[in-house]
Amino acid sequence: MVTTLIAARLSAGAIAPGRVGAVIYRNIGALRSGPAYWVVLLSGFFEPLLYLLSIGVGVGALVGTIPLDGRALPYATFVAPAMLAVSAMSGALSETTFNFFFKMKYAKTFEAVLATPVRPFEVALGELGWAMIRGSVYTLLFLLVMVGFGLTTPLWALAALPATLLVGLAFGSLGMAVSTLLRGWQDFDLMTTAQFALFLFSGTFSPVAEYPAVLRVVVQATPLYQAVELVRGLALGAPSWGLLGHAAYLAALTAAGLLFAARRLERLLLR
Amino acid sequence: MSTLTSPITPRSTLAVLERALTLYRRLWRASAFSSFLLPVMFLASIGLGVGGHIGTVDGVEYLSWIVPGVLVSTAFQMAIGECTYPVFGDFRWVRAYPAMSATPVQVADMVAGWLLYILIRALLAVLVFLGVTWLFGALHSPWALLTPLVCALVTLATAAPTMAFAAGIHHDGYFALLFRFVLIPSTLFAGVFFPVDQLPAAARPLAYLSPLWHGVELSRAATLGAAPPWPIAAHTAYLLAFTAAGVAWAVHAFRKRLQD
Amino acid sequence: MSEQPLIHARGLVKRFGDFTAVDGIDVQVRAGEAFGFLGPNGAGKSSTMRMIGCVSLPTAGELSILGMDPARDGTRIRARLGVCPQLDNLDPDLSVRENLTTYARYFGIPRAEARRRADELLEFVRLSDRAGSMVEPLSGGMKRRLTIARAMVNDPDIVLLDEPTTGLDPQARHLLWERLFQLKRRGTTLVLTTHYMDEAEQLCDRLVVMDAGRIVAEGSPRSLIETHCTPEVVELRFGDDRPADLAGKLEGVGERVDQLADRLLVYAADGDAAAAEVHRRGVTPSSVLVRRASLEDVFLQLTGRTLVD
Repeated sequence: MVTTLIAARLSAGAIAPGRVGAVIYRNIGALRSGPAYWVVLLSGFFEPLLYLLSIGVGVGALVGTIPLDGRALPYATFVAPAMLAVSAMSGALSETTFNFFFKMKYAKTFEAVLATPVRPFEVALGELGWAMIRGSVYTLLFLLVMVGFGLTTPLWALAALPATLLVGLAFGSLGMAVSTLLRGWQDFDLMTTAQFALFLFSGTFSPVAEYPAVLRVVVQATPLYQAVELVRGLALGAPSWGLLGHAAYLAALTAAGLLFAARRLERLLLR
Repeated sequence: MSTLTSPITPRSTLAVLERALTLYRRLWRASAFSSFLLPVMFLASIGLGVGGHIGTVDGVEYLSWIVPGVLVSTAFQMAIGECTYPVFGDFRWVRAYPAMSATPVQVADMVAGWLLYILIRALLAVLVFLGVTWLFGALHSPWALLTPLVCALVTLATAAPTMAFAAGIHHDGYFALLFRFVLIPSTLFAGVFFPVDQLPAAARPLAYLSPLWHGVELSRAATLGAAPPWPIAAHTAYLLAFTAAGVAWAVHAFRKRLQD
Repeated sequence: MSEQPLIHARGLVKRFGDFTAVDGIDVQVRAGEAFGFLGPNGAGKSSTMRMIGCVSLPTAGELSILGMDPARDGTRIRARLGVCPQLDNLDPDLSVRENLTTYARYFGIPRAEARRRADELLEFVRLSDRAGSMVEPLSGGMKRRLTIARAMVNDPDIVLLDEPTTGLDPQARHLLWERLFQLKRRGTTLVLTTHYMDEAEQLCDRLVVMDAGRIVAEGSPRSLIETHCTPEVVELRFGDDRPADLAGKLEGVGERVDQLADRLLVYAADGDAAAAEVHRRGVTPSSVLVRRASLEDVFLQLTGRTLVD
């Protein structure tokens, strides 16, 4: 769906891959100018790992096993795929909300970029591409750790990788769309709270089936729940037709988010 | 040669605090909302959700066991959050500290004024949280009334060295390192979510280093009405020493930065 | 004018590692005068100002401000100074009025008095109608005026202005000069740095010309021009066909000839006569301008370099 959307624009000559690449390249350049950028970059990977050790292993020792679909899973096995999905989400969101907003509002990066032949939709794609590159490095490392800990098998880890990319795409587009709506830094508090709520209540730490009925229905409509279910299904080696539904949800979110962000950018920047 | 500064002047310290509160007046709504909602959600998800799968820890249900830890870590996180970008920004972008340095306000006043502000912010959040946990029925001893004091101590012990760090760096990218190597590991492994005893013996001293762990143990002892692992005086002395060293470092770092 | 100077410096030195920013200067500033430090970027003006503002201690030499020693009485001195830094450091998250009241509190001024002074000063710098606005949307000139108002909130004995009009458009500069002139007329002692000659001539009763950390000349703008320069200067510009050996052809015209990259300066007591002599010698510039000598010329004479490249 996204591919067709992009393909349609490509064929109409509206998007030049080179120009999207230029937007990505600017980000790499900007990153390199920071302090020991690779240290910062690498340390990003430790974050989900620490969560896995603390919650999965530490709290897991208190929990023992979690019943899921008739299986009794060690708690770390249950939590790890959710951590993976969360890491894909927060990686994409931090790039497309905080950083994106800063560039849009303060650094005037986009205004400078849009004074060149680069178009708003290409900016959106470039920013998303950048978020994906960064995010997928983390995801890949995390999957390796999961394999190392015996929390998934190499084959299923390979299957989960594209799923995490889709999660990143979906939240990246959503984040960009939201960024164009933010009025100022004060709105970030709200956004962070919402993000934290998703993190806590998406079947991340305990199965959604145990939630009160009302909460369950709400949770099932939110994107992180869909992401966790998709990634967990694959990482646990328990594929089902339901996973296709989750994937479709995330693909639709990606398309809608991108379109919306591009429209808003055009309105905000090309007045 | 003597220095440009001497100890604090209450009037100047309060003027620095007043500026911080004037700024906060524009932001308090959003932050009050989240400082109430975050701990509630947290207790619901981890305390109740995960706790449902855990029997008891140290003889109490899991929710009651993590409440005192989450309480202190709320103060800990606020101290780090409010002393990183805001302090760095007041040197780099806003240049509020250079502006103050041209007035009778002295370096020690700048540090003390901001610490007072963080203390007020942290205590507000802690009191709200304490009220909520009381409603959850997670407080088991009247000693729980002392937890705000513990949180105040942890706030100061954490905020002071963080301010020094923020004054010492010249690129905000270094904060990512502080968050990933100090904030997150402390929060995750300093006894908030599971007993430090579960850590490998080699890793335990790292947890003891963190002011958060001492605060968590004191606070847990208070809400559960039990004795902490070390004598209360030892935990308290560690936090006081950490605060004193942090304040000295912060004053030094501020002075150095302003002389550049 | 006979009483003790407000600022007294002798052999003042500021070093940063191996680099000597201020290299032994002597300065006396008297009450009520407008005193200027004139010089190009890097001449040591800002370092001098920071020492006078008691935010940086001298490496060597004598410095006394308001009769006090900055190393010992920094806080007491700063209480009686008003500082307008080169880079605005207004609080962007506070309103215009709050910027003044908050700053007033740093001086221990009571809240009600701070509000009263804020309104009075906003009136003075013509920003009363923006009192409730945030700082961000203000123009550069407005921000600078607000910074000057802020510097006056403690009713200072001396106001220090570091490059007060750098980066402002001509209109904003003139408005600012006019306000500073009013300040001067009220009897406030002004100490300013500038690399603009016109600014120094407009505002300063007395000034020192600084270059590479040293003072190369001192006096009133008029006396400096009279001492170091001829009354008039002829500026000659040439198109692409600048004749070779101009210096030889113009030898002996006026008192002195300086060749710059884009123009040629002839110093003379009578500019019109010198211009006529240039034509008589068969040199045909594309433009000829006869003007009165300025501090710019003084600086060129003293250092062999122009002030603003």
